[in-house]
Parts: sequence; C-alpha cells; structure tokens
Amino acid sequence: MPFIPHTSEDIKQMLATINVVNIQQLFDEIPKDLLTADLSSLPLGVTEMELMREMRECANQDAGLQCFIGAGAYEHHIPAAVWDIVGRGEFMTAYTPYQAEASQGTLQLLYEYQTMMARLMDLNVSNASLYDGASALAEAILMAVRIQRKHQSHRVLIPRTLHPYYRQVIHAIVSQQNIELIEIAFNEKTGRTDQKALAAFDKQEITALVIPQPNFFGVIEEVDLLTDWAKTQNAIAVAVVNPLAMALLKPPGQWGKTGVDIACGEGQPLGVPLSSGGPYYGFLTCKKEHVRQLPGRIIGRTVDAEGKQGFVLTLQAREQHIRRAKATSNICTNQGLLVTASTIYMSLLGPEGLRQVALASHHQLRLLKEKVAQLADVKILFSSPCFHECVLQFKTPVKKILQALATYRIQGGFNLQPVYPELGECLLVCVTETKTSEDLEQFVRRLREAVSAVREVCV
Amino acid sequence: MTQLIFELSQQHRRAASQIPAANYDCSDIPAEFLRKTLPRLPEVSELDVVRHFTQLSQRNFSIDTHFYPLGSCTMKYNPRGVHRMAMLEGFLQHHPLSLEVHSQGFMACAYELQEMLKAVTGMRAVSLTPMAGAQGEFAGVAMIRAYHRARADHARDEILVPDAAHGTNPASAVQCGFKVREIATGSDGNMDIDALRAAVGPHTAGIMLTNPSTLGVFEQKIREMSKIIHAAGGLLYYDGANLNAILGKVRPGDMGFDVMHINLHKTFATPHGGGGPGGGPVAVGERLVPFLPVPMVQKTADGFRWLTETDCPETIGRLSTFMGNAGIILRAYFYARLLGREGLHRVAEFATLNANYLLAKLTAAGFTPAYVTRRASHEFIITLKNEAKTFHITALDVAKRLLDYGFHAPTMYFPLLIPECLLIEPTETESKQTLDAFADVLIKIMQEAKTNPALLQTAPHTLPVKRLDDVKAARELDLVYIQ
Repeated sequence: MPFIPHTSEDIKQMLATINVVNIQQLFDEIPKDLLTADLSSLPLGVTEMELMREMRECANQDAGLQCFIGAGAYEHHIPAAVWDIVGRGEFMTAYTPYQAEASQGTLQLLYEYQTMMARLMDLNVSNASLYDGASALAEAILMAVRIQRKHQSHRVLIPRTLHPYYRQVIHAIVSQQNIELIEIAFNEKTGRTDQKALAAFDKQEITALVIPQPNFFGVIEEVDLLTDWAKTQNAIAVAVVNPLAMALLKPPGQWGKTGVDIACGEGQPLGVPLSSGGPYYGFLTCKKEHVRQLPGRIIGRTVDAEGKQGFVLTLQAREQHIRRAKATSNICTNQGLLVTASTIYMSLLGPEGLRQVALASHHQLRLLKEKVAQLADVKILFSSPCFHECVLQFKTPVKKILQALATYRIQGGFNLQPVYPELGECLLVCVTETKTSEDLEQFVRRLREAVSAVREVCV
Repeated sequence: MTQLIFELSQQHRRAASQIPAANYDCSDIPAEFLRKTLPRLPEVSELDVVRHFTQLSQRNFSIDTHFYPLGSCTMKYNPRGVHRMAMLEGFLQHHPLSLEVHSQGFMACAYELQEMLKAVTGMRAVSLTPMAGAQGEFAGVAMIRAYHRARADHARDEILVPDAAHGTNPASAVQCGFKVREIATGSDGNMDIDALRAAVGPHTAGIMLTNPSTLGVFEQKIREMSKIIHAAGGLLYYDGANLNAILGKVRPGDMGFDVMHINLHKTFATPHGGGGPGGGPVAVGERLVPFLPVPMVQKTADGFRWLTETDCPETIGRLSTFMGNAGIILRAYFYARLLGREGLHRVAEFATLNANYLLAKLTAAGFTPAYVTRRASHEFIITLKNEAKTFHITALDVAKRLLDYGFHAPTMYFPLLIPECLLIEPTETESKQTLDAFADVLIKIMQEAKTNPALLQTAPHTLPVKRLDDVKAARELDLVYIQ
C-alpha cells in the first residue's frame, strides 16, 4: 500500500481497540446511499520507477529549447545551493508556523526575507508573501481602498502598460467589491504611460494609481512624475515592479518627492524556476503607516521567556482565522517555500551580485537590439530605454514567425497581437544574463531567416 | 542563538562564482532612473549562506522529522519521488507562455489531473488555477455570484456558514461582496436544521460547508440540508479541507454540492513549504461550468490546448498571472498516479482508522472527546476543559509540552465553540507505533499536569527558544532588521 505503513497485524489490533470488526464499520454514520464513490475510471497505481520513466519522456517533449520569452516570468541562473537547501525536508514539509517555538527556522528566514525585500524596495515593512505578482497587486489595490475608506467611490487608475494578465486578475478579484478600474493609455512613440491621459483626472477623487516599473513592454516608466502626480491627487501610489530590476533602477521608496505608499510584484526572478508558471510568489511592501492594512502573514521579532531573541507570526488580529468576516483578506497560505528560495538567492548574490545580474540582463538586451536594428522588416517599436525586454514590430504575422523559430528550437518571445491589437504584429522579446553573445547571434540569424521565410509565404 | 544573516555580513565579501563578472554599462538609462546606492543585502560567502540556512532548517519541525497531527491540515507524507519528477528539466524550465506545441508535457499532466479530480469529486468540470484553498473559496463564491447574476437574481446577497467553519469561509464570502450569516451547531455536532430553515430565503445566495465538518464528524443530514438550500434557490459550496476523510468513499457531488475546492497540499500530499505553496483547484456541477476560472486544459484530436476567456465568455476570469501553482498541480498528479484507484480508495479508510484508533486509546486513558457518541472522521477533537480547571493548565500548555517530546502540537482552540480543545488529525501515513507513542506522551503529560503543572505552564523546555512573547511582538512591532 503506497505510503500506508499498516501491517495486517497492526490493523487487527487497531480494529480491536476501536471495537469494530472491519474498517467499513468506521463509516457507519454516513448514509449508505452516499457511499457511492466509484474510482474505476482512474488508472491503477504504478511504482516510482515506472512513473519516473513515463514522466521523463513526458517532460522531454518540452525540454531543450532556447527561451526568449519573458512577459512576467524570467529565466535566470539559479545557484545550485538555492534549491539544494530549499529541498530540505525541514523547510519543504513544515506547515504555517503556528507553533512558533517549533518553527524558528522558517520564522527567522521570513523575518530576514521581509528585511531584504523592504531594503530592496526602500520601504519600511514587508509581509511574508502572497500567491503571485498579479494577486499581490489585487491585494495592494484592496489595501489602498481600505486606506482611503472615506472616499465616496473607489476609482483606481491602471496603465495599459501594465501586464495584460495582471489587469485581468485584478479585474476578477477587485471588481467583486465595487471598485472601478480605469485604464490609462500609453504614448505610442515612447511606450510609456501618457501623462496627458493622466491629466484628464486632475483634481478628481482617485483612490490609487498603479505604476509599473519596468512596464509590460520592458520600458522604463517616468516613475517620479507618476508618483508625484498621485501624491498631489491624494491618491495612493502603488508600484508594481520587477524586484531584480530594483537592484539597478531607482527603488519605489525613492520615487518622486515622497516615495510610493505600496510596492508589490512578482518574486519569481529571484531564484524561482519558470516551472510552467508557478508556484511563484507575490511580494508586498509598504510604508510603516499602512502596516495594519497589510494583508497576509507577517513575522515579528520578539523575545522568549528568558529574554532571548525569537520570531512569531504577528498582527494576527488582521487575519481570517481570528477576525473571520472582518479580516483584511481571506488569505491563509503564503508561498513560504518560494520565499525560502528567494531569501537564499538574495543572500548568495548579495548587493553587488544582484546588481550585476540586472545589469548583465540589460546589457545583453542592448546587444540584441543593436543586432536586430540591422534587420530588414523588423522595427524596434519604442524609443524609451528598456530593462531586459523590448518590443519588435513586423510586417508579417508574429504567429508565423514564432512557428518558424520553433523549428530551430527557439522560443522567440511573447506574441503581443492578441493583447495589444492596436500595435499590429508585435513581439515582446526578453534577454537575461543566461544568454551569451553567441546565443544572441544565433537568435538574430534565425529571426532573419524566419522573417524572410514568412514573407515569402505571405507574398 | 542563530545570528541573523545580516550579522554575518562583512563588507566586500561575496560568493564570487555566482556573480556575472564582466563590465557592463547602462549608460543608455538616464541617471534619474537609476538606483544610487546598492540595496543593503548581506555580503557573505557561499559557505556562510549554506551553513546559515541549513542551521535555520534544523530549527523547524516538519513532516520529514516529526509526527505532525495538525487538525484540518492533513500533514501526510510528501513523497520524495513526486518532488523529483516535478523538478525534471522539461517541467522546470518550461515557460508558462510557451506555445502549446512546446507545452504538451505539462498540459497532458494537468488535463489528466482535471479528469481525476472530476472522478473523485463527482463533479462535472474542474479548473486547476486557484493557488490555495482560500483562493478556491473565492473562486467558488464568485461563481455562485456570477450564476445568480446571470439569472438576474440580484436579491441574493447572503452566504450562510456554520459557526464552526474555517475562518477563510466568511472572509472569502465578504471578499466577494456578500454578507455572512452564521448557523449554529447542534449538541450532536450536526448543524441545527431548524436554524438553517429559518435562515434561508430569497436573499440566500448559498452556504459554505465542509463534510465531515471541522468538528471531526460527518454531517448526517447533508441531503436534507441540500434540499433546503436548493429549494430556497441557493447553491452549496463544499470546503474541501476535509476531503481526505472521504476520498474514494463519498463524492461531494453526490451529497448535493454545486461547487467545491480541493486542497492539493492536504489531500494530494504536496509539500506545505512552511506555509505554502498550496493548491486549490475548483470543481463544479453542471450549473456553474460556464463560470469556471481560466485557463483550463482541453484535449483535442491535435493534442492539448488552453481554454481562455475567448472560449469561456462567462468565466469569472483569471486568478493568477499564468496557470496557478503549476508545479503543485504536477505533484498532485504524480501522487495520484502512484496511488492509483486502489491507493486513493484506501486514503480515507486508513486516515479514518488512524483517527478512530487514537481517539479510542485516548478515551480509554481518560481524555474527553468533544462528541462522545460519534465516530471520528479523519480527525477528532478532545477538550481539556476539565483538566484546565483541575490542574490550572490550558490546551496551549499541553501543546507546548508536546513539542518537548518531539511531537508537533495538534491544532489548538479551533473550532472556537469547543473550549480548551485540541483538533487531532493523524493522517493515513502514520504507523500504529507512532500513534501509540503519541498517546503515551499525552498520558504522561497529564500525569505531569497533576504532579508538576509548572512543567507544562512554562513549556517548551528543549527547543531552541522558550515560550515566546506574542504580546510584545504585536505591541512593539519589529518586522525588519534595523542595523
């Protein structure tokens, strides 16, 4: 019996202790007509060896591709030590640290994580993580609404340069609570949020402004202007950032004259593998004055009965298991294991290492842009500086170009056509420190071939 | 005391083999957009990091190291092989936005899990995307809301929950814009049917229940309750937190539930990771199929494809950036494959055997079950209210003393309506010998309560820290390290 250790002698003794004749009798309080589960459509069990072989073949179908897709999930080198330690059973198979004295490892690690994330964002406090970047932004917006609870109605401004899936997620989550999400257009030359579009809301009651950095196009937004605009409106400024980029770019706590109120985002770039989209984690940091509106688990440092340092879950009075219907959110789970990976990753890379990874990614993207600029029929769409992604525009269908690249085992990027039809045939390409100059040469060569192959077919 | 990693930091120390070495330049980015000073992360060597975090890991209890009978959390063994398979390169390096042609491996696993979950729940369709039980609840309640709205039935603004429900139930209902009304539990542990009848009406959107309930007993009148709710025009939500108790025995669909979530990190043995990741797929009956969250996986003659908003125009939408906790979905699938239909069938049987055995042993030793006349499901509650009065100890003291003996404590003070309670869930993967040892220790602790209650009141004594000051933590907030 897989993972059930009972011997027949054990079972006999246990049934005798309970005073029943068989296991079926233990279900005698359940109405008979409900005991109808039928698993006959499911496969029979297999051994680990058999399944490992089957799954190796299954996984191999999708292995061995060069990846130039970013769009919210990024391939970075992850030091071997990170997942070796994360894979330790003591981290992997522990539960939420309800018994603090028996969970000091996880709790201290989370406290160290909170410190690192607050420092990376240059804000005062951080929670212990949320599900992913998009749901963290939804929670940040709900937080802004709680901070602005005196507002008559809740209008939140969302740039169209924000990740289209983030826009879908926040819509699914916050629209349940009568919050209006208003889209702000971008400048088609720069790829940045349009200041003029924002000016239409001057002097109106706005609950929050969301500010992505870099934005979905990889473009670096004018975050100081956006933050200052939000603050003059008395709107909560919510940054949604790539945490790795913040080792290179100005962190949200320093944007504008005051810094933002809340910064959140996707933690995946910091030591979490692509893994088909998850599990990742969302981070959420804020200024000290908003700490009681922060959702999710928060770790605090305290002392034990002998005055020795220790760590506990704190501010639990905000949470669902205490406040029930009045809680700040329904969140119970965080993404502790992924935060474990990120904390080890940030420790290994250190301040300089993290900056170098960000810088290398940026540098390699610039190299790619230089090479692509020489191709016929490919245009680099926006004029603004980018972090490690950029938008390429074609005259022929991107879908076909991606298919052509796929024959060379290259994943060429994310097709923007379905989500930004107004841009025509555009591709979002990402380069990280994992790509060598040879990789970039190869990519550009294959792209040239793909473009001309598709052009011939289309003509 | 283990130092903080920041205290190990030495200026200019680094793990050089992890740092891209070349001289890169970012002169194309105007200075106003650049960070001026480096973030104050630790400056340590690779060995410092490995040693520090390995030492931290040793300050944790976990399933791999300790019996962890945390009620309502189903802390069963997380098979190592499953983890290894999820870390195969083709799964691990796979980008969520890869073309479908480059995603067939992951999609095949996800599709098959969808089918398996349909079979074990007796539901019509499954979406795997919710990232934890609470997000599954949110999705389920949002679907209930969408269903009523689609019928232009706008008066339904209330969700019913039993007073013993998990705290996430009312919190999720409120996040979906509903009012919450609590229904009392009767003295036998079943819901008070008369109170339920009195509560329903044209304002009832639905009810959230788990069965077996959080009280560790099977809600016997579930069919009648489902008739009452459906007759009033409401829908039934099944909180899958306790699915381990009925896996392969009873299907929520057959009990009359319209929508439910499944906690993959409980019933399907995916690792809890110190508080996550979880996994909270939702399963629905016929009426709610159009509203399921996207994406889902569809099987076609040409292979697997994603179902998105375009295919499902009435969907409640997308709840995660990509495909939820995909790696957890894989692990749950591998676990289900290893067990197969014969193994899945045994889960509830042996979880129930273990719970009833431990309950019988503890009852024989003089402990007080919360519901004397009832069978335990996969978990049960003992109340220490008599011991608390007699020996001036609390359930918390007993829990902390258990830690000294190398057992993780059961869930304490939940459900709220049972005083001084411990909610104990052994799971099917623990042996009789472990349960015997646990029972012996609880009996021993009760002896200590008689002879030396201070031993309990000041426990734990053998862990890296003594009892921690929660009040100070909340009053004098210290959430980040200030150097």
